[in-house]
Amino acid sequence: MDTISRKGELRMMALFAVIVLLMPIWLIPFGAAYPDLLQKFAIFGIFAVGFNILFGLTGYLSFGHAVFLGVGSYAAVWSFKLFTMNVIPAVIFGVLFSGIFAAVIGFVSLRRSGIYFSILTLAFAQMSYNLAYSVLTPITNGETGLQLRLHDLRMIDGLFIEAGEGLPLTNLFGIKMSGYPGFYFCAVLLILAFYLALRITNSPFGMALKAIKSNQLRMGYTGFNTRPYLMSAFMISGMYAGLAGALLAVTDPLAGAERMQWTASGEVVLMTILGGVGTLFGPLLGAGLIKYFENIFSSYNDALLQETFSFLPDMLNNLVVGIISPFVGDGWHLTLGGLFMVIIIFLPGGIVGGITMLWRRYIKKRGASAELEGETS
Amino acid sequence: MDSIFLQILNGLDKGGAYALIALGLTLVFGTLGVVNFAHGAIFMLGSFCAVTTQNLLTYSKKVKDESITYFEAFKEVPYLEIWWGDTGSFIIDYKVPFSILLAIPVMLLIGLAMERGLIRHFYNRPHADQILVTFGLAIVIQEIVKSIYGANPIPVQAPAIVAGSASIGSWIGLGESVVYPWWRLIYLANALVVISAVFSFLKFTTYGMVVRAGMQDRETVGLLGIDIQRRFTVVFGMASVVVGIAGVMYTPILSPDYHMGMDFLVLSFVVVVVGGMGSLEGAVVAGFMLGILQSFAAMNEIKSIFPGIDQIIVYLVAVIILLTRPRGLMGRKGVMED
Repeated sequence: MDTISRKGELRMMALFAVIVLLMPIWLIPFGAAYPDLLQKFAIFGIFAVGFNILFGLTGYLSFGHAVFLGVGSYAAVWSFKLFTMNVIPAVIFGVLFSGIFAAVIGFVSLRRSGIYFSILTLAFAQMSYNLAYSVLTPITNGETGLQLRLHDLRMIDGLFIEAGEGLPLTNLFGIKMSGYPGFYFCAVLLILAFYLALRITNSPFGMALKAIKSNQLRMGYTGFNTRPYLMSAFMISGMYAGLAGALLAVTDPLAGAERMQWTASGEVVLMTILGGVGTLFGPLLGAGLIKYFENIFSSYNDALLQETFSFLPDMLNNLVVGIISPFVGDGWHLTLGGLFMVIIIFLPGGIVGGITMLWRRYIKKRGASAELEGETS
Repeated sequence: MDSIFLQILNGLDKGGAYALIALGLTLVFGTLGVVNFAHGAIFMLGSFCAVTTQNLLTYSKKVKDESITYFEAFKEVPYLEIWWGDTGSFIIDYKVPFSILLAIPVMLLIGLAMERGLIRHFYNRPHADQILVTFGLAIVIQEIVKSIYGANPIPVQAPAIVAGSASIGSWIGLGESVVYPWWRLIYLANALVVISAVFSFLKFTTYGMVVRAGMQDRETVGLLGIDIQRRFTVVFGMASVVVGIAGVMYTPILSPDYHMGMDFLVLSFVVVVVGGMGSLEGAVVAGFMLGILQSFAAMNEIKSIFPGIDQIIVYLVAVIILLTRPRGLMGRKGVMED
């Protein structure tokens, strides 16, 4: 395993921070530089990075991670309703509550491994989803979703600020958390979260997690108790998901149960796999790509396609549009599913894994040819 | 008493569906060792076989409506009625039973194609990869169905003669008030027939015997010179047929839409886990058991004590079983026990 030195780590982080913070600029040519989408990039990036701490490092495939996303959102919206529209407490509550949930679910689920673990997390996710829809309606507001109201309590805000007209907006000490400020808030948290993930991956703790992935039985034989490590990994990744959920509520103060459905858990699995499991940048890349394509692809319709390919002769144009149109617009999930299958079948390491493989091959070839030259001369 | 009896019937009925789906899932897992997340999608394809049959049979021609004389009115008359008259309308009425005839070969082909084309490359990959690739396949299948049939549920009626309810109470002396829909009774009977067919195939035919031997010890069967892989492929096709029939017969109860498979998938996994991975009897028993438990939990008396229990009872049972007896109710010792 190639570990990076402390200095290299810092350099990498600086580069990463610059890339993330400059996203509004370098994404312009891709047509993705508008705040809503950028916020989604950052938020789902956090979600995927957190999921990767569990799945990528320990190999435990959780199919219930969306629960923590949902819990984070609910906690954040309740914080807006009860205490203050300031986002700091909301984020803290989101992380805290999802941590508690992760502790409970993890305590039970981690007694099993492999497919049983997946099914246990799936069962918990379905339970939470069903409960959020039915009995817990006083807390979750059922199908409508939890929303802000004009007459919410807002205890702390009530002490300092006169209630204005209309619904108050989420803010960070007065800065409105919509549009670009919202994105920068998410981006800063993404950078922090990524740094934490980097530190975890390169720490002895991360080493232990990777060892669990490669052979848990042998870890046990050497007298190493894996439970606390798994538990911490599960909780950390649950808290990442809670953070992402809280940020979703920060940028748009609304929480619905459909965020907890198991297909939503599937989505983060897709992101992680697409980008590259167990790599640092992979999940981020996957999250970005999926959210990007979701926005771009699903906005395409036949008319727009006709226009895009209008440089082609009419017959060819119709043909191309006919072929492409089932895959865009409403059908973009088809593209996603197909792409996902292709990745799993041919490139289990995801995009980053594929690039690394090519790079290694290139280096090897160059090394081999250099050796050859050395021999002949 | 009446309500308890009805709940048992309800449970058996629901359980029949669970048992059929779980049986197919277990057949695949027990033979090929593959965790198939696309199983729900196959169930959904089965119901869409019924939809397709309905569309084919009721393919209509616009004819002038003679009963309306004030203006030019047209009505749609299916070709079958034009050609064959009453026989045609009879066939249209019995479209759901007829669609089984279509479903069997179609599902068999789909199953075989899936196994040969995709699943076979995943035998030696980790379970996580199998889950993920079949999950992707499920998305693809359901999106294709969505793009063909649209996103709305498509109602398919049962034959008119069984559209009403059976006065089941008077048969067994519980009073006239106890009635139950005919089609649900038929569904239960159908489930029992299919389940016993699968079991007798495995128990009483040589082919089935070899398959069972292969489930126990694949390597030894291979050493005896039997191409066990081919038989397992056939079993995969059979599992698709079983779950396809479950889907066809379910259409009058629940109008099929493209994501019904995903809804059933999680439940059927829970059933399989409770019954024991790879145990066919376990899947059937657990299916009926969970069905009955679920319908009892939906009773108002019980809901008033434990609010919301009807929503989570199945998963709760699964969690308890997995924690106390990980191999499931009837799982063999040492199979998938980690």
